Amino acid sequence: MTETVKSLSHLELGERDETFLGSNELIINMGPQHPATHGVLRVILKLDGEKVLGTECVIGYLHRGVEKIAENRTYSMFNPYVDRMDYVAAVSNGLGYCEAVEKLLNIQAPPRANHIRVILTELNRIASHQLWLGTHALDIGAITPLFYTFRDREEILKVFEKYCGARLTTHAFRIGGCLYETYEGFERDVKKFCDFVQPKIDEYEELLTTNRIWVERTKGVGVISAADCKALGVTGPVLRASGVKWDIRKAQPYANYSEFDFEIPTRGAGDTYDRYMVRMAEMRQSLRIIRQAVERIPEGPIMAKVPKVIKPPVGEIYHSIEAPKGELGYFIVSDGSTQPYRVRVRPPSFVNLQALDSMVRGQLVADVIAVIGTLDIVLGEVDR
Amino acid sequence: MLPEKGAGAKPATPPKAAAPAVPAKPTGPVPGAWDSAMVARFKRQYGSGIEALTYLGQNYMVVDRSLIPNLLLLLRDQEKFEYCVDITAVHYPKRERQFDVVWILYSFEKNERVRVKTMIGENESLPSSVEIWPTCNWLEREVFDMFGIRFEGHPDLKRILLPEGWRGHPLRKDYGIIQQDKEWVQINLGIESGQ
Repeated sequence: MTETVKSLSHLELGERDETFLGSNELIINMGPQHPATHGVLRVILKLDGEKVLGTECVIGYLHRGVEKIAENRTYSMFNPYVDRMDYVAAVSNGLGYCEAVEKLLNIQAPPRANHIRVILTELNRIASHQLWLGTHALDIGAITPLFYTFRDREEILKVFEKYCGARLTTHAFRIGGCLYETYEGFERDVKKFCDFVQPKIDEYEELLTTNRIWVERTKGVGVISAADCKALGVTGPVLRASGVKWDIRKAQPYANYSEFDFEIPTRGAGDTYDRYMVRMAEMRQSLRIIRQAVERIPEGPIMAKVPKVIKPPVGEIYHSIEAPKGELGYFIVSDGSTQPYRVRVRPPSFVNLQALDSMVRGQLVADVIAVIGTLDIVLGEVDR
Repeated sequence: MLPEKGAGAKPATPPKAAAPAVPAKPTGPVPGAWDSAMVARFKRQYGSGIEALTYLGQNYMVVDRSLIPNLLLLLRDQEKFEYCVDITAVHYPKRERQFDVVWILYSFEKNERVRVKTMIGENESLPSSVEIWPTCNWLEREVFDMFGIRFEGHPDLKRILLPEGWRGHPLRKDYGIIQQDKEWVQINLGIESGQ
C-alpha cells in the first residue's frame, strides 16, 4: 500500500538550508491574476530564498458548474457547452462528448463524418500545441515564437470559420455525425495548410531546439518519472515525455484513427525540454494523419440515423479520447429521459495540474513558471 | 417540398421520433453478466459482495461498501490497474443508499478499463484511496465538494472548486440549478445575488 507513496517520497525535502539570516521561509502568492499562469490559477508558494519548498494550487475561479448545467439540458443542448471547457481545443471536447452519447445510443457516425472529424480534431491539436508553444516560450522569455505560432494558428482558425462559422468554440460536431457538409475547396484549403505549416514547425524548432537559453531553462526542469505520472494520473504529452508510449488513439482507437498510419512520439527524460520535443513531434504526426484523411474522404452521408428526440436507454457509459492535453473522458448516466441524469467530465488539465507540486519542489521560483507552461493547462477545463 | 414540410412533416415526425424511442426501451441493451478470470478470483475471495456486469462492451463491478479499500488495492497490485482515471459519484435521492461512487480504472499492461461502483448512504463515509493512487487526492476532494461524501484518511479533505466557506453540495439532486449560498455571496462579493 505504501509503495506508490514511497515513490513520491523523494519530494519530501530534508532539512532546509540554513543561511546566514537563519530562517528565511517565505510564503508568496502567485496569481490569480498573473499572465504566466495562463488564466486564473493561484499558486501559493512556500519558499526558502529562491527554492520552492512546497506549493498549493487554489482553483475554481472559473467554475461554472458545467456538470450541473448538463443535468438541466437535453443531450443536444449540452453539446455547445463542452466547447467552453478546453476552449483552445473545442473540437476535441465536442468529439469526445458526441462519441460518448453515440455510444450510449449505440449508433455510429458514418465514415465520411469520421474523416471530417479526424481532420478537424487534428487541426485543432496543432492549433492547441501552437498556442501552448507560443505562450510557453513567452513565459520563459522568448517573445518571437508567440508571433510565429499565432500567425500560423490563424490559418487553422480560418478553416474552422469557413467550415462552421466559428473560430474557437466551434460546435463543429453533432450527436450522430456532423451537421455541415465540407465547403467548396475544403480539401484544397486543408492540403494547402499542411504544406504551409510543415516548414513553419521546422522554423519554430530552429528558434528553440538548440537555443542555449531555451535549453538551459528547460533541460532537467520539472522532471517527473513514468511511475509518478501513472500514480498521479498524468496523461498526454507529459506522460509520453516520461517514456510511456501510450496514446488513446492507438490504445483504444475511436473515430476511425485505426485506419491511419502514425506514430506516438516519446522521449525519456520527463523534463520540460522533452515535453517540448514530444509536442513538436506530435504536430508533425497530426499533419501526417490530416494528409492521409484528406486524401481519402469517402462519399456518403455525414449523419447517422439519429432519433429526433435523443433518449438513450437507461445505462451508463465512459468514453475517453486523446485530447491535446491528455485523456479527456465523459462518464454519462442516462435515466432514459431526454436529459442526462449525470455527466462527469474527466478533464486532463485538472488531473495534470495536480502534478505541479511534485514537479517544482526543490526547484527555483522561475521554474514554476516553466512548469506551469509545460503542463499545458487551460483553466476553463480545470475549473469547469 | 414546401407543402410536404408544412402539411406532411408534422404528423409524420411524431411517429418517426416515437418509433425508435418506444422499442428502445424493451430492446435497449441490458447489462449482462461479466465473466472473467479476474472476476472469478474476486468472487472466490469475497463471495456475494461482488456483482460483475458488462454494458455496451464496458465492464464494471458493483461491490459492497465494506470491500472498498481492499478490493481497490488488489486491483492495483494483483490485476495491474495502476492508473486511476477518475472518481465520481451519482446522487439518487429516492434510494435508500443515496450515492453511487464510481472509480474508473485502467491497466496499461492489459489495455483494459474497469469501473468499480459502490453505494453509500447519506451519512456514510468511504475510506480514502489516496494511498493507493496519489491522483485520488484532488478527485476525492472534488467528490466531497460536489456531493459532500467524506473520505476517511484523506490528507487534506477540503473544497476544491467552490470557495472554502460555501454551504451546500451543488451536484446533489436536491440542489437547484440557480441555487446559491446567498449569505456567502453577500458577505464576500458585496452583491445581492451572483446570478
